Amino acid sequence: MSEHTVKAYDEELAFLSAETARMGRLAVAQVRDAVKAVVSGDTALGERVIDGDAELDLAEAGIEQAAVKLIALRQPVSVDLRDVISAMKIAGNLERCGDLGKNIAKRALVMSGAKLRSPATGSVERMGQLVVARLGQVMEASRDKNIELAAQVWRRDEEIDQQYDALFRELLTFMMGDPVTITASTHLLFIAKNLERIGDHATNIAELVHYQITGDPIPGATRPKWDALQ
Amino acid sequence: MTLPDIASPEALQAQADAFITEPPPETVKLRTRALSFFYGKNQTIFDLDVAIPRNSVTALIGPSGCGKSTLLRTFNRMYDLHPGQKATGEILLDGKNILAEKDIAGLRSKVGMVFQKPTPFPMSIYENVAFGVRLYHAKSRAEMDQVVETALRRAALWDEVKDKLQTSGLGLSGGQQQRLCVARGIAVEPEVLLLDEPASALDPISTAKLEETISELKRDFTIVIVTHNMGQAARISDNTGFMYLGRLIEFCPTSEMFLKPRAKRTQDYISGRFG
Amino acid sequence: MGRRFRRTAANALFVGACFIATALALTALGLIMYSLLRQGLGGLDLNIFTKSTPAPGSEGGLSNAIMGSLMMCAAAMVIAVVVGLLAGTYLAEYGGDSAYGHLIRFLNDVLLAAPSILVGLFIYEIMVRPLHGFSGWAGAAALALLAAPVVTRTTEDILRLQPKELREAGMGLGSPRWITIRKIIWRGAGGGLLTGALLGFARISGETAPLLFTALNNQFFSLDMSQPIASLPAVIFQYALSAYDDWRRLAWAGALLIALAVLAANIIGRVIAARGSHRQ
Repeated sequence: MSEHTVKAYDEELAFLSAETARMGRLAVAQVRDAVKAVVSGDTALGERVIDGDAELDLAEAGIEQAAVKLIALRQPVSVDLRDVISAMKIAGNLERCGDLGKNIAKRALVMSGAKLRSPATGSVERMGQLVVARLGQVMEASRDKNIELAAQVWRRDEEIDQQYDALFRELLTFMMGDPVTITASTHLLFIAKNLERIGDHATNIAELVHYQITGDPIPGATRPKWDALQ
Repeated sequence: MTLPDIASPEALQAQADAFITEPPPETVKLRTRALSFFYGKNQTIFDLDVAIPRNSVTALIGPSGCGKSTLLRTFNRMYDLHPGQKATGEILLDGKNILAEKDIAGLRSKVGMVFQKPTPFPMSIYENVAFGVRLYHAKSRAEMDQVVETALRRAALWDEVKDKLQTSGLGLSGGQQQRLCVARGIAVEPEVLLLDEPASALDPISTAKLEETISELKRDFTIVIVTHNMGQAARISDNTGFMYLGRLIEFCPTSEMFLKPRAKRTQDYISGRFG
Repeated sequence: MGRRFRRTAANALFVGACFIATALALTALGLIMYSLLRQGLGGLDLNIFTKSTPAPGSEGGLSNAIMGSLMMCAAAMVIAVVVGLLAGTYLAEYGGDSAYGHLIRFLNDVLLAAPSILVGLFIYEIMVRPLHGFSGWAGAAALALLAAPVVTRTTEDILRLQPKELREAGMGLGSPRWITIRKIIWRGAGGGLLTGALLGFARISGETAPLLFTALNNQFFSLDMSQPIASLPAVIFQYALSAYDDWRRLAWAGALLIALAVLAANIIGRVIAARGSHRQ
């Protein structure tokens, strides 16, 4: 992309994309650590994740501020406008991922404190790894302006949904089989739900990346949505 | 993803058509076919095809010297006034070639024009508006009063001048003068109204009033506006054409042009990346 | 320091030179006006306007010369304005860039600089001799020939100053060219066109040489333009050189009248031009 006649304009756009990328790395680390805390019962790690969420909130506020200022002062059009809008919305999605990660970390602390164990922890870990990988990939797509990768993340959200569905049934089975595991299973169910929603945010980001680069939504329009409760 | 780049003028021409969204044929008011324009030996417009839809605002944008003003001035054959300038090809107004038109004064009464610099005639506000009407219609005093009032109202100037119609048009502010020129242009009931950077000499408030006027007028007229102000093109036009080096590079609905232009040239220009 | 000093010094020198030159011109003008008023005011009484030029020693005035000058100038200005306005308009609006236009402009400039006595001689050759007699009409023709180039020139210049957008705007409304010129361009240039006419008038009001060959002079009051007719410059020329004090006094009074007339014309022109520009 050629440079703007006004240098400061380029710098402001560069700041937005750098901040978005940094937020992406933070969010990925937060979710990864939160899942790790659940699996290992590491309370210190859980505390760190909870504290770390503030930085994501701060980064999102910074991006939003910079974006609003850029819109007001430079009236971006075309690809610049799409860059700014996407940065703002991606930051919003990442911030939500952070919140969900924080919620997972809180549950990790509760579960660890009450010494709650469940045989389904391994499945949650697998689902967590999948979600973290997706989030990492979509941020990679955003950084490299890779619409193929973004579309791939978007298409493969189904896998997460299916895993969630399987986990849901698994936990139901455990709860019915042994009422003692109900508390632990409920926590894990919420954690799985949170992971599933982080996956949704990753697909949202994939859509935004595609729009940012091409100006069009991802071809295929409305994706059939898996819902475990149906 | 990178948009296709265009290097040479020839490649530019070859690829140009890929970025043109033709309006539906039944909506087209004005159309050029293989239009070329020459200042003496110097060609400034090259085989240009563009279709302007009726009852809408079409903006022509592009860097200085891209030929957008020249194109505008072919639509009412204003270039005829200047020796050594000539246009070839066809310009069809409702299917009739105006380059072959003999009755140029008649053509110009159908295709009005407002210029960059406000140009009120050295006469009263009333006479400024009545001038063009008198050329073609004998009207009674009362009828003419009505025509003048209607034109001034449509140009959103009536309330500001109704008490001083007999004072000189040169006594108005720049913005008022420009709206007087619009009133003068529409009083003769043209079919097409050409605006050549009409707001470039106006302050923001006058500009806003003029833009509002233009948006109102498109219900009755086909409006073509040349502007350097991209924001203005974005605000008031329905379709936008981007010109470069005497060629039409891209033509499409304005929202499309400003959200996702198809040609790299267009994108670079409208986003302020032009070298 | 040296450069700055040099620049200041050069500036002071230049401003000083301009000041002195202006002072010289103004002094000369002041002296002329002073002697005109001193010598002319004494002879300025009602008789000047009521009585014709006298024989030496008898009482008289300049009424025949004033009337002759007025009639010839008026006739000359009518011709000059019509010809000048049309020629100037042609040069500015129509054929200004054609070979014919360039030729006309060149000839007009030559005529503008032509010595007035030559113009008198020319009219003498083509009007006075063939028609066997001096006449007021011949005088008017000679004066018209002097004023027309001035009017032509100023008309062209003033019309070229009118913005080209004004022409395009007029014709953009579907107005034919000649209506645009007549109703918009001329109107916009009104003040300037009037100034041109007044400049032409100022040029001819004091001319003596061309009248000597054409209108000659007339001792008696006459309104007949087909006969020799008196004029102020010719009477001044004749009387100023005479040996009689009362004739010389009349010459001074006549000179003062011409000066006042030119002054009045200039002031009126300024006022009208100023009012014209006020509206903008």
